[in-house]
Amino acid sequence: MLVARCSQRRRRPDRRPREARTWAATRSLAVAALAGAAALAYAQDAQLGRNLAATCANCHGVDGQARGDLIKPLAGMPAERLITALAGFKSGALPATVMHQIARGYSDEQVRAIAAYYAAQPAAR
Amino acid sequence: MTSPLSRRSVLGAGVAATLPLFGCASRGDGAASLGRVVVVGGGYGGATAAHYLRLWGGAIDVTLVERDAMFVSCPLSNLVIGGHQQMADITRPYGALEALGVKRIQAEVAAIDAARKQVRLADGRTLPYDRAVIAPGVDFVPGEVEGLAGAAAQQSILHAWKAGPQTLALRRQLQDMPDGGVFALTIPPMPYRCPPGPYERACLVAGYFKQSKPKSKVLLLDANPEIQSKKVLFERAFAEHYQGLIEYRPNNELKQVDAATRTAKFDFDDVKADVLNVVPPQRAAELVRSAGLVNINNRWVGVHWLTMESTAAPGIHVIGDAVFGAPLMPKSGHLANQHAKVAAAAIIQLLKGEPINPTPVMANTCYSFVTVSEAIHVCSVHQYDVAEKTFKVMPGGGLSSAANALEGRYAFSWAQNMWADMRLA
Repeated sequence: MLVARCSQRRRRPDRRPREARTWAATRSLAVAALAGAAALAYAQDAQLGRNLAATCANCHGVDGQARGDLIKPLAGMPAERLITALAGFKSGALPATVMHQIARGYSDEQVRAIAAYYAAQPAAR
Repeated sequence: MTSPLSRRSVLGAGVAATLPLFGCASRGDGAASLGRVVVVGGGYGGATAAHYLRLWGGAIDVTLVERDAMFVSCPLSNLVIGGHQQMADITRPYGALEALGVKRIQAEVAAIDAARKQVRLADGRTLPYDRAVIAPGVDFVPGEVEGLAGAAAQQSILHAWKAGPQTLALRRQLQDMPDGGVFALTIPPMPYRCPPGPYERACLVAGYFKQSKPKSKVLLLDANPEIQSKKVLFERAFAEHYQGLIEYRPNNELKQVDAATRTAKFDFDDVKADVLNVVPPQRAAELVRSAGLVNINNRWVGVHWLTMESTAAPGIHVIGDAVFGAPLMPKSGHLANQHAKVAAAAIIQLLKGEPINPTPVMANTCYSFVTVSEAIHVCSVHQYDVAEKTFKVMPGGGLSSAANALEGRYAFSWAQNMWADMRLA
């Protein structure tokens, strides 16, 4: 499954900025001997989602485990639901106090990474 | 300055050099450790860094050095000054961080020795590190306001700009002030910690006066030419709720104070107050000054934004208010927390000898109360710009459309979740 996921990832045209691609090349070279490029690429993807999701944690809780009853817990939320919600905030279709502004700061690709990370977290502990 | 090419080369070399070392490093007790990280300062930045180093890093020895026994929050502290919250509401213990494996030392740090990679404590102990995270906050610039350093002034003219004993002491001064008195609050030139903080404080003190001492007055004396954050919203609050109670005077930079008469002296006039609250001019804390890390405008610490590593000394990551901010990045607790996560992620990768995240992101949401129940916000998202090697603010951030009670509730929810994100709850 891991291999399938990575090979799928490879087939997509690489639209990242030039420097990001160079970074990717550098890091692959550096650790290929140690861990294997496939496993590393997977880990880097997971870390990207983790790091991006951590920018939401101040209000939405560590790994989406929100405290209090005012904030929707993001942990375990199906990815499509979060992606749709953030698109709604971005377009203004969904009313919000801050999220209509914050959502606009993230690219669609980043939103997908965040949604995938939260979907994979165990729902409210 | 390092070119992109040489930066990559350096990191590449680092990978080659550190892998064999850490790949088989082990301690005497047999447990493999990625390395030792010493975090100095247990505020919004430091506590978050300690938390995420453990959460994401696993086998990293994390030591947190903090002089105080408990964390006291600056955000919400104006509610204590206004009489709506107690100190206990904004105070949190460090126990949960310790339960996560963070070794906490309550001590004063005497020095950071970059050459020996040691943090030296005032009691003589030394803490060696592989990497250090320094979250020292701000200190007040000595001598900038004449008369402020004197013993009498230190006693009676409070700043209450570092939450703690002064927060409560200022509350008591306001309670003791007779009705009909003047509360004068002076604001230093930008940049200072928490740009909207003084205007929020003016609102909450004026709210207290409106309720309990209606003949009293708030005099807001700003060194800057205009309100520095959430301007239209604060102007509206002043007009709607505090007409005649708050007088705002821009372009008034405090030069001197006289503690005996509680007088604040400016270029063109003197202001006599019943309670004089001076937020002094600020710079990065003395600890990082003496360590030689202050290298911007003689006040702030320059950092490599991908790692938060000091541009003056390798291996030392500086986060929070002491840092010279990226464009449009304010000195806020929320951003100190975001600095910490970028630093923690980078440190873990560096200790593992793996490449760091090339495209980090930070966000900021800052609530201010304009009445006891209604709040306003400013928010922004900051993305790393590969070409310019700094964070740039994205379009879309902004202000509340109007003060409202829902955001008042969100502000408390923010604090609850933020403190959990710092592992203080």
